[in-house]
Amino acid sequence: MTGPLHQNPRERFVRGSRSAAGAVTVAMGMATAAALAMSAQALASAVPAMQDAVGGAETAAPAATAAPVAPVELALFNMDRLGLFLAMVLICGAVIGAILVARTGRPLRIRKLAALEAVDEAVGRATEMGRSVLFVPGIQDMTDIQTVAGVTVLGRVARTAAEYDARLEVPTSRSIVMTAARETVQAAHFAAGRPETYNDNGIYYITDEQFGYVAAVTGKMVREKPAACFYMGAFYAESLLLAENGNAIGAIQIAGTAEPSQLPFFVAACDYTLIGEEFFAASAYLSGERDQLGSIKGQDIGKLMVAAVIVIGCALATVGALFPATGATGAVDALRSFLGG
Amino acid sequence: MLQRTIPIAILSLSGIILMLAYFSPLTTSWGETVLGWFNVLAAVAFVLGAGNLLRVNLERISAQRSGWAYSAITLVSFFAMLAFGLLKLGAVPSEKHPDKHFAGAYEGPTAPYGWMYEYVLSPLTATMFAMLAFYVASAAFRAFRAKNTESILLLGTAFIILIAQTAAGMFLTGWIPQDSVFAFLRFDSMKIAITEYIQTAGMRAITIGIALGVAATSLRLILGVDKSYLSKS
Amino acid sequence: MHEHNGSGSPSFLARLGGIDRRWIFLAMGLSIALPILLKLRFPEYPGPMAKATFDAIESVPEGSTVLVAFDYDPASAAELQPMANAMVHHCASRGHKIVFMALWPLGRQLADKAIEEVLLEFHPGLRYGTDYVQLGYQAGNEGVIKLMATNVPEQYKTDTKGTPLASLPLVAQIKSTADFALIASISAGYPGAKEWVQFAESANPEAFKLVCGSTGVQVSQLLPYYPKQLDGMLVAVKGAAEYEMLVEGKYPVEKNAERLGQGRVRMGPQLVAHMLMIGLIILGNIAMVAGRSRGGAR
Repeated sequence: MTGPLHQNPRERFVRGSRSAAGAVTVAMGMATAAALAMSAQALASAVPAMQDAVGGAETAAPAATAAPVAPVELALFNMDRLGLFLAMVLICGAVIGAILVARTGRPLRIRKLAALEAVDEAVGRATEMGRSVLFVPGIQDMTDIQTVAGVTVLGRVARTAAEYDARLEVPTSRSIVMTAARETVQAAHFAAGRPETYNDNGIYYITDEQFGYVAAVTGKMVREKPAACFYMGAFYAESLLLAENGNAIGAIQIAGTAEPSQLPFFVAACDYTLIGEEFFAASAYLSGERDQLGSIKGQDIGKLMVAAVIVIGCALATVGALFPATGATGAVDALRSFLGG
Repeated sequence: MLQRTIPIAILSLSGIILMLAYFSPLTTSWGETVLGWFNVLAAVAFVLGAGNLLRVNLERISAQRSGWAYSAITLVSFFAMLAFGLLKLGAVPSEKHPDKHFAGAYEGPTAPYGWMYEYVLSPLTATMFAMLAFYVASAAFRAFRAKNTESILLLGTAFIILIAQTAAGMFLTGWIPQDSVFAFLRFDSMKIAITEYIQTAGMRAITIGIALGVAATSLRLILGVDKSYLSKS
Repeated sequence: MHEHNGSGSPSFLARLGGIDRRWIFLAMGLSIALPILLKLRFPEYPGPMAKATFDAIESVPEGSTVLVAFDYDPASAAELQPMANAMVHHCASRGHKIVFMALWPLGRQLADKAIEEVLLEFHPGLRYGTDYVQLGYQAGNEGVIKLMATNVPEQYKTDTKGTPLASLPLVAQIKSTADFALIASISAGYPGAKEWVQFAESANPEAFKLVCGSTGVQVSQLLPYYPKQLDGMLVAVKGAAEYEMLVEGKYPVEKNAERLGQGRVRMGPQLVAHMLMIGLIILGNIAMVAGRSRGGAR
């Protein structure tokens, strides 16, 4: 009975994982598309933010409100979303422009991210202690862009682990994430020049159920005491359960998430935390490639645009409040309506 | 070569289609088709996940590695819920079709599936969630130290919110009239000021930064600049 | 963890900084268990958010159709079920017709629980199909809301019993979310209240009132929507306790009243636990200062 359990099913599942790679890419496509729409909404959100700065809570509006649902008639373009479309074009244009500028060879200066600088230290410590490295890629599927970002950081951690010959464990709460993680870790072993050390046994699926998953992972942490724990992805109530258990076993802990409500827990319990946008910059930062580093610069240009809209809006709203006859309030409303805020 | 090119092409194509679907009603159905693909592939991958769960746990049991008893419990629970749910074992017969086994209801606590949900799964998940209370206390004890000005501000804010979220807030400052000039000293007023102005402003800044980070990451993937997720085999 | 002064062991206060965390767990366990066992209750004073939620449900004309979405699971039921119970009782007492649904797989069972323990307990005369309907759970997260915003019968073809919506008088005429007078989402995260704002309220602004109940940890993400998009918001157990005061004040029940007082019951442990946390934080800081001063004397 042990023979078939140890051999044939494994081969079958490895083949299966190849075919499921298609699901990974479709899922990532979905995530990226949703994300790009979100970028436009970031610009739109600048208007309510600046209105708040002047008008107080009464004018509060969502930070990233979605535009109305598409009308039923099949128009070529939903004009209600023109403002969002232009905002997206501007932000994407800034990122693509920055990538092209980076290709010309101009020097790029990116500030150091302590959390990523500590990856080598954490994996090295695990190797010295003869313990494993635990990587938790969040609890959402590959349709969540945070999971995509987490899996790209996994590539770097896996490569370092392969170079140091450290044991890496990646428990996942989604089947497709398991498949993506296997692909990534295998690629990392190739990149490290050690394809023969790749073993997919350390990357496994537990359950989709949130607390079932966290019970399994924390149980493993308590029993096996990994020396380094990475939490990179979308986390909810389980963030503190994981991080406090990691703290109790004395592991070096590095976290990264874009869930604002969970950031305080990671900051309190982990050694290093990638906060929001830093988390998304991590993959580019780790790659060291000029194209990818350029995209971070593009991101900063986008931030400047948002800041400019906030300042303009604040100025208009202030003028409108002080001198109602100027019609500045109407201009703010028009701007907000145009951007879909 | 194709092993890297084809996935990137699929990713870019599905990403662009979904983006078009957001702005163009004409292409909305294309987006729905892509979502449908994902659901089908995810269902297949779920079988893959269940298979992996079986493999990992059966291997551990057969090798009698440490923690193999947990694996045995996992598998027993897995198969029990699967059988109760799929085969509707012990389901309450339907009023309309009492002779049809599969028309019966299995969600109620009188059926095994519903009973397992009500008396096993619910208490277990609630227990895990409740453990947060203990971890919050130990994390607060360790992390809230007044080391500098910023951490003192953090501490002060934490105290105000902790008190305001209980009856103690009203007990201590509820006597201050809401229309007096000192109303801002009431804990409930301070809580509202902190959450609605300071916290909301900070949250918006973080959200805008996240949205831009997300956009840059998405573009890197769609343009094929970031290929770190792909195998090189 | 401790700082030694080189000439002896650290002081008692300094040693407190490195206290075994199991003592903290024990203290927290006691601070929750004792108030429950001693049935400690404290008076609650309704805040503006609870009042706004109450007023929103009151402002809808009697006999309106309201949608209550149970967007949570058993893990957060301890925090959210009290407000769900109070809201169901409030809507029924006001004479509203209630349509139940869930965006979380296990939310449907929690809705069933509210129907059984509150709706049918305090309003036994209500009839299924005309006074209330259980639509149950649908997979698809915000996709469910998006479709409901334009076409409810397309999203929900039948109720949980398999009866077509057209055969149920209460929902037969419902075409979209705009046909509801009020929507309430009791929400523990994604998908939940935020998605109702983004995809239902934005699609049909002003068509219906939208209120929500949320867990404490999620509130920071929902605050930007209140009071413009969200007409009312109940935050965690405290919000539930305040809301219960308002509901009980106007619509008291004669027996089994404790079913509508679970929020207030849970505020006892919350008060003691919060005081413990404040005490622990102060203790931690005293230990830090004590360790520092002895270290500084070297």
